[in-house]
Amino acid sequence: MTVLPRLIDPLPGDMPTMRHLSAKLGWLAFSILGACALAVVALQHGEPIGAIWIVIATVCVYTIAYRFYSRFIARRVLGLDATRMTPAHKFNDGLDYVPTNRYVLFGHHFAAIAGAGPLVGPILAAQMGYMPGMLWLLAGVVFAGAVQDFIVLFISTRRDGRSLGDLIKSELGQVPGMIALFGTFFIMLILLAVLALIVVKALAESPWGTFTVAATIPIALLMGVYARFIRPGAIGEVSLMGFALLMLSIVAGQYVQEIPSMAALFTLTGEQLTWMLIGYGFVASVLPVWLLLAPRDYLSTFLKIGTIVGLALGVILVSPTLKMPAFTQFTDGSGPVWSGSLFPFLFITIACGAVSGFHSLIASGTTPKMIRNEGDARFIGYGAMLMESFVAIMALVAASTIEPGVYFAMNSPAALLGTTAESAAQAIAQWGFHVTPEMIVQTAQDVGERTVISRTGGAPTLAVGMAQILSDAIGGRTLMAFWYHFAILFEALFILTAVDAGTRAGRFMLQDLLGSFVPWMGRTDSTLASLLATAVCVAGWGYFLYQGVVDPLGGINTLWPLFGISNQMLAGIALILCTCVLFKMKRDRYAWVTLVPATWVMVCTQTAAWQKIFDANPRIGFLAHADKYREALAEGLLLAPAQSAEQMRQVVFNDYVNASLAGLFMLVLASMLLFGLRTALRARRTDRVTTREAPFQPLPADAAAGH
Amino acid sequence: MRKNIDLVATAVRRLRQGMRLMVGVPRYDAYVEHMRTTHPDRPVMSYPEFFRERQEARYNGKVGRCC
Repeated sequence: MTVLPRLIDPLPGDMPTMRHLSAKLGWLAFSILGACALAVVALQHGEPIGAIWIVIATVCVYTIAYRFYSRFIARRVLGLDATRMTPAHKFNDGLDYVPTNRYVLFGHHFAAIAGAGPLVGPILAAQMGYMPGMLWLLAGVVFAGAVQDFIVLFISTRRDGRSLGDLIKSELGQVPGMIALFGTFFIMLILLAVLALIVVKALAESPWGTFTVAATIPIALLMGVYARFIRPGAIGEVSLMGFALLMLSIVAGQYVQEIPSMAALFTLTGEQLTWMLIGYGFVASVLPVWLLLAPRDYLSTFLKIGTIVGLALGVILVSPTLKMPAFTQFTDGSGPVWSGSLFPFLFITIACGAVSGFHSLIASGTTPKMIRNEGDARFIGYGAMLMESFVAIMALVAASTIEPGVYFAMNSPAALLGTTAESAAQAIAQWGFHVTPEMIVQTAQDVGERTVISRTGGAPTLAVGMAQILSDAIGGRTLMAFWYHFAILFEALFILTAVDAGTRAGRFMLQDLLGSFVPWMGRTDSTLASLLATAVCVAGWGYFLYQGVVDPLGGINTLWPLFGISNQMLAGIALILCTCVLFKMKRDRYAWVTLVPATWVMVCTQTAAWQKIFDANPRIGFLAHADKYREALAEGLLLAPAQSAEQMRQVVFNDYVNASLAGLFMLVLASMLLFGLRTALRARRTDRVTTREAPFQPLPADAAAGH
Repeated sequence: MRKNIDLVATAVRRLRQGMRLMVGVPRYDAYVEHMRTTHPDRPVMSYPEFFRERQEARYNGKVGRCC
């Protein structure tokens, strides 16, 4: 027996129905406009194009995908039911479960999913030219990322707003649920390490940047005390005050840089910054939340949204010219920024802006508890992910507006470039990109930094791109240094918030996991257990961070693929869950909607992880890299960065740790695939619907009417 | 005209509401309303209490921040 969906027409997530010919013609015209814009972008041979064409093509693709594909998923595949009870009404407590207006909830959901990932991934991907990145961002979000977010949100909403781990436990079984939780913990560690690495790379040897970021700590403390005792809960007021102080600190940073004694105080090496961040991460995550974490979260959230809007306006108004070619020769995998060929590493590198596994945690977190009507899941789940992908496109545009020679000077490791503008320009000229030492020096001067050579990690590149676009709109060259440091501050601010919040979350996850084996470790009210779990978390990400900072290939080359693999692994897990649920709903006919992206994500992830472990090229394969160092060690040679046999052995050990981690991710995903297959086959054998949805209850009449 | 002013007022209210929810604070008036109608027997938190409760709930949970 198949349960037919109770379809209500129109669903709240729909645009007006298009019965009229004019509407059809409108969509036709819109499609043609999108196709033309894509053609302009695709067919420009050697001639630079304006970013506005990319924006038009992107917006057309998103709009058409939303209107047609997400509607198909909402009606045919899932059968969204606008009369069904949602957790927000069922458990309404005015706190966690609150029926919320769809636009308001969209903002909440978007703010929760938007982070550093979609900004950094496309910037790194730009080494292959803007075209591969753009195509995957568009295709990936429409067929994989937005689908995942939407369907996970739907699944959780129909199951009382439960979390991803719980959903896997109830739909696939206890063991796969535990495996998923275990995998999530390692994703957290790698994520925190790579985010912290981005901050270290952006602030190393930069007194201006370091001062402004350091200033956020006293500013946040002040805000924390104000919002706790002086004017309790006055969020808007305290955020405005904090924002003003932040802007002041950017201005003050310039003077700090000009006074030699002050500049010396804030000029720190990567290693010094690493130890400070590790110490900071520990202290910040055991302090009460109102003192440091919450106020900085206000600043970073509002600044994030504001800056994204500003960047989008800047790109549309200025329409900067894309100087990066559509394709570079590095599609073959020989690129200096990260190594590995287009398949599978482009997909692993871009990750978040196209499909992000992390979103499945948010879509099964706070959002489903606030959905007012099931029909809203389409707008919030699918729509917010389209927006996130748009942010990624903006980042790609920002990176592509930089002179390619300067882009490679900023993003290639010092091992390839040397440390002077002359050596860098020479190395880059050999790759076929024109750049003079003066151009590199001029860029550094424009943004008020001592050097831009080998400032890897994506953040400085985005900051230069943003500074160029924003200073074109406001302020001209004189304000470029201000905009650069504004962009650095904006990224560092929300990365530090993520480090702080992530360490806390990791601690709870760890206590949860360990609590199953050692009961007293599971007690979150025990100070000793909490401190111990926090220390383990900080040591975990601190270890990867440190190894990344001292890596002569820049660390990003090692850590970003590991992060991408872990993130795509989680996406694979979420899509397996979605597929199983579709089979259990007896919607076999439509299972391809999640089966195809799940297969693609799994193929990419497993191939990338395999190559990271076993590839013969030491720039790609961890084991090959370890062998290289072991052989040198046997011959009594020292390879940079190691300065002693002890450090050589450390490098080899790190390689084995990284290889094991990649192997672990492969195993997690492979086992989830097996559990998924078992669930899907069982569902196919029975002719009943076997999902574990909360039983149908009608939405209260007044709630449905108030929509 | 009147209708336009209403529209703008609604938009501003939603924007404010959205920004507060982004940092984890839902509507206080909705909470009070809910407590009055559904649980008249239970004590209602004052705004500072409500604010603190939400702060603790947002940051002491297992879901971290997204990449």
